[in-house]
Amino acid sequence: MRRAFTIAAKDTRERIRDRSAIVLGIIAPLGLAAIFSFVFNPIQNFSFHATYAVVNEDGGPASTVFVDQVLGAMQASGTVDVVSVDSVDEARNLVDSGADPFGGGDGIDGAFVFPAGFSDLVQSARPADFEVIINEGNGTAANVAVAVAKSYAGQLDSVRLAVATAEHLGDPVDRLQAGARAASVPQPVDLVDVPAAVKQLGDTTFYAAGLAIFFLFFTVQFGVNGLLEERHAGTLSRLLAAPIPRSMIIVGKMLTAFLLGLVSMIILAVATTLLFGAEWGNPIGVLALILAGIVSAMGIMAIVAGFARTAEQAGTFASIIGVVLGFLGGTFFPIAQAGGLLARLRFLTPHAWFMQGLGDLAGGNLADIIPSVVALLLFGVVTGSVAMLRLRKGLTP
Amino acid sequence: MTYVLECHDLHKAFGDLVAVDGIGFHIAEGETYGLLGPNGAGKTTTISMVTGLLERDAGEVTLDGQPLTSSTTEVRRNIGLVPQDLAVYPDLSATENLAFFGKLYGMPRKQAQARIAEVLEITGLADRADDRVEKFSGGMKRRLNIGIGLLHTPRLLLLDEPTVGVDPQSRNAILESVERLSGEGMAVLYTTHYMEEAERLCDRIGIIDHGQLMAEGTRHELVQMVGERDRIRLTASGALDAASTTLATVPGVKQAGARDGGIDLIVDDASALLARILATVAEAGVTVSGVDIDQPDLESVFLHVTGRALRD
Repeated sequence: MRRAFTIAAKDTRERIRDRSAIVLGIIAPLGLAAIFSFVFNPIQNFSFHATYAVVNEDGGPASTVFVDQVLGAMQASGTVDVVSVDSVDEARNLVDSGADPFGGGDGIDGAFVFPAGFSDLVQSARPADFEVIINEGNGTAANVAVAVAKSYAGQLDSVRLAVATAEHLGDPVDRLQAGARAASVPQPVDLVDVPAAVKQLGDTTFYAAGLAIFFLFFTVQFGVNGLLEERHAGTLSRLLAAPIPRSMIIVGKMLTAFLLGLVSMIILAVATTLLFGAEWGNPIGVLALILAGIVSAMGIMAIVAGFARTAEQAGTFASIIGVVLGFLGGTFFPIAQAGGLLARLRFLTPHAWFMQGLGDLAGGNLADIIPSVVALLLFGVVTGSVAMLRLRKGLTP
Repeated sequence: MTYVLECHDLHKAFGDLVAVDGIGFHIAEGETYGLLGPNGAGKTTTISMVTGLLERDAGEVTLDGQPLTSSTTEVRRNIGLVPQDLAVYPDLSATENLAFFGKLYGMPRKQAQARIAEVLEITGLADRADDRVEKFSGGMKRRLNIGIGLLHTPRLLLLDEPTVGVDPQSRNAILESVERLSGEGMAVLYTTHYMEEAERLCDRIGIIDHGQLMAEGTRHELVQMVGERDRIRLTASGALDAASTTLATVPGVKQAGARDGGIDLIVDDASALLARILATVAEAGVTVSGVDIDQPDLESVFLHVTGRALRD
């Protein structure tokens, strides 16, 4: 194995000296991330924000849960702002007039009105209404308000139906307890069906991560194409004549690819965080995704090198594959928003899994990235296994 | 006798093309063995099989009695390869190139450092040791190419046409290096299609064509094999007839005849007999004012055994 590290160290030194890896692995993605983030910034156009008013004349558990948990969670995520008003008329005026209670340039997009006795009616399993006031001109924000209200109402109905069914079957139910249970229903999580990668990653982070994974494939290529370049340069015969197992030559090249990829990704993650304020997320999760991403890139680029006859041919193939996978994987724009077949096809690329993983990491906990990490590793293992067979077969001077 | 390298009945075909067809030879310690043949004769394929770069279809190769295949690694530690194409890394310095291969061959750090300095001296690159190879001339790169092969002091050095495309000055430096190596006890296998290189460097020569070893031996043996002999022309004055009669009785002299202004001789080995011939004519009262020696070269041997000229 020491010989493999010797080969990797030599290759890395060569790559640093000819600057190609530095340009493609660090400078290009960093520069493009800066340009994309500052100039185009389309993610920001997709970002959702609304301001809602609440009139809570009820004050009971059913309305309090809605205000504290449902709207509270949205408020905590920065998606909405909530303002409490005293009367229905005031709420209606605010919505109709588009008044700006926070002075931030945002008017009131909708209002939720809970009449007095709402919780009592819910707890007694009788019909209970709450009102949503919207201004049709507020578009998405108004629709979201209606969707949230309907979702919550649906949850309450489910609980109420369960209570009624139990009573009908002769099972005595403590209505107060049932009401409390109804009040603790979870917040409607299907409020907006937007993929996590888009929902959670900010624009700067999106471009930083997207371009990093896009260029990773080109950076890794410098390592795996090393065998073809050694053959072209005539040095492969010397390596093959040396007293080392042939597999160590391939391992050395793979180590080079891994090292270049790792250094490139870490520099990009740190630099975009410090320079542009990108938020990659939990460092352990990010590192896991980066490592898995490198493995997938190594596998795919190695298979290209395994089937190419020259380094130039491999470079051409790799460029085509890298660009196609990058675009399909949504590294330049949030392809998930396109919906339909394209949005589903993106998961045929490691790029999409990497972005998905970062989105999951930003929006959840560490365990959420496991599917993405597994998918990325699978890409690497499957393509890498085929590539190893091809590369070993091609180890001739 | 144990030879450093022994090859028996090597065969290699690429599809229908038989590149090597039953070649066998051996090289002793301190001996330089030349494979002389035109391009495409099978020289590089033979070297590739010897080093294990190519799987052979049949035949055996042993190094110091140990079998050598493409999967044996430790035995290869005793082989130094100088490929026909330049095999150096242009982005690294000469020292870095040598250090890299020193590590691959498992040389201890201090030993490698000392040996790198030696090799840089041998190849005349000591003053450019830290320059990147991309800045070297073609001849300097060739010398470094050889230096890498020598670095780990192998028992067997394989040089595959090391002077192709080299300027005369660098070529001479390379040939001098190779001469020095065999003097140090290294066994050398040298392939070339330059007849004069084979004559100058090689203790024994194998003439190879169409993948077959057509003839083998010292230059003298090869020349004798085809009935060619050395010619000596003396420019002289005095009793030429008497002198030539005496010369004809000297062992090794096959024919001697006086002519106008001198004596012409056909001998087995001009180099070995010249001193005695000059002494004999001096005793016969002949004054010699000039000597021309015409030795049959390997070109005529190649023509004889292959039916075509080496340059065809």
